[in-house]
Amino acid sequence: MVINAYGLDFKELNAKIRAVGSDCVVEGCIGQRYIGEGLDGVTLKLYGTPGNTLGGYLNGATIEVFGNAQDEVGDTMNAGRIIVHGNIGDAAGYAMRGGVICVRGNAGYRTGIHMKEYKDKRPVIIIGGYTGSFLGEYQAGGVIIVLGLGGPSPYTGNIVGEFPCTGMHGGKLFLRGRAEGVDFPAQVNVRLAGEEDRAELAGHLEIFAYSFGYPLGWLLDSDYTVVTPNTKRPYKQLYVQN
Amino acid sequence: MKLVEGRVRIPSGCAISGIISRDRRKFTGERIVESMKVMRERSNGLGGGFAAYGIYPKYKDSYALHIFYNDSNAKRECEAFLNEHFEIDEASELPTRKIPEITDEPLIWRYFALPRPSRLAASQLDEREYTARCVFAINARIDGAYVFSSGKNMGVFKAVGYPEDVGRFYMLDEYEGYMFIGHGRYPTNTPGWWGGAHPFSLLDFAVVHNGEISSYDANRRFIEMFGYRCALMTDTEVITYILDYLIRHVGLTLEESASVIAAPFWSSIAKKPPEERERLTYLRTMFPSLLVTGPFSIIFCFEGGMMALNDRLKLRSMVTAEKGDMVYVASEECAIRAVEPDAENLRYPSGGEPVIVTLNGGKDNA
Repeated sequence: MVINAYGLDFKELNAKIRAVGSDCVVEGCIGQRYIGEGLDGVTLKLYGTPGNTLGGYLNGATIEVFGNAQDEVGDTMNAGRIIVHGNIGDAAGYAMRGGVICVRGNAGYRTGIHMKEYKDKRPVIIIGGYTGSFLGEYQAGGVIIVLGLGGPSPYTGNIVGEFPCTGMHGGKLFLRGRAEGVDFPAQVNVRLAGEEDRAELAGHLEIFAYSFGYPLGWLLDSDYTVVTPNTKRPYKQLYVQN
Repeated sequence: MKLVEGRVRIPSGCAISGIISRDRRKFTGERIVESMKVMRERSNGLGGGFAAYGIYPKYKDSYALHIFYNDSNAKRECEAFLNEHFEIDEASELPTRKIPEITDEPLIWRYFALPRPSRLAASQLDEREYTARCVFAINARIDGAYVFSSGKNMGVFKAVGYPEDVGRFYMLDEYEGYMFIGHGRYPTNTPGWWGGAHPFSLLDFAVVHNGEISSYDANRRFIEMFGYRCALMTDTEVITYILDYLIRHVGLTLEESASVIAAPFWSSIAKKPPEERERLTYLRTMFPSLLVTGPFSIIFCFEGGMMALNDRLKLRSMVTAEKGDMVYVASEECAIRAVEPDAENLRYPSGGEPVIVTLNGGKDNA
């Protein structure tokens, strides 16, 4: 089933997608927000430029975007997959608590802000290119992986922007390479990935390798840096005397 | 009591878009309206507006004053002031199209005017400063009159409504210019009023803004020391005056002005190469009260081009792209794709990084 999004507002478009109730292709997206919101069990293939909060509250569906996505991709998503062949804007995976966001290109500011996890829910964000500043701000859970395959950001010379992991208190960040020249806050631990980390990473990267045609072995043939929060009450006395 | 801008502050999003032909090729206002239309969800119908450059070639040497009047008394009083201070080439109602989406319009008049030579000489001011002071005098002293556009060969068109309706109301499709900016408003601190819609403009400068600045009062107190009057309590107005002050009075470049209002953190400055560090330290130290904090993305236009800028934390979105001699700036990529599906060199500027576009063969600065 093919839906032409041209001239439809976001309510009309989402109603059409829900009415189809099975896999569909949406052509001519031009800024419609909330595409696939809360959707479960189907696959959407999107062409054009989908609007903000793509796949917000996604609950198991798969969304594949053959182009760029805008801000707040996968806002508060619970389960499912969002695969973007281009770049994404700011605040991707905002408060996400399950599922996977997999991006071939670059990401904007605040990727994975307030990401969390709960029991078997462990969200994953994989960025093939570089990210903007405040990567993983207030990260409370889940996994963020930045590969920097296209080289470093022209803004910082690193594959991440300024102030990564600010306020991090849970979860895990993987950066391809040794993260030389990246300034991390005092409240996190930074180390090279060990065997166990690499085994975990290999599992996460399968979808990226498969979606964009990279050999998994080639992706793994590199040093990786792992960042986790410092578990010794890192923010003690930051706000109150306790 | 009727909610009037400047008297009520309600604790506060928006859409912005800009299109420029670096070769000064003209196109109609339809494009900017089309660009704004796809970002409708960013506005709530309480304000929309546009600035258009190169639209008055017949009167290119005169100041084009666009004025809102509440009633004919305000108009009479204002015209007496104008006749005293300016020679008026033409006075007419600004052409509008009556549409059901736009209601309660004030009287909207346009004057092509030049300062009276004798008054100008007596004032010992340059022509632009003289005109700016007259604009402030009208806006502060004549109740019910508000000059919302005062540049040469450019004009601001704004109203309460959604941007695409405001564009139709002012018949933007009938104007041809080389640069347009648009704004869709979601007012948060003030009730929507025609004068409070964006762009805010003084002389040929115009600003559209998406955001909510937290330094408003600190900025206002400083800028009012230099004769500016922040009449509307809206943060965009103060940004317009800050840029006018830094560029026209202090003589800073656009880049320097950007380093003042979106100054990097001291920790970021410490990491810069020595010369850059010195420059940034100097600007932060000289103009601490003009640091604008809180989320903003702005497009600042002048006769020779535009500057797009985000707050240093980049709490609002902005995308830029190019196609041939055309440059596009917008809150969302879709607003660019809507008018140029094949746009190239898509970029997401960093917080505090000014994107400056100037006309080919023109000046590098405002």
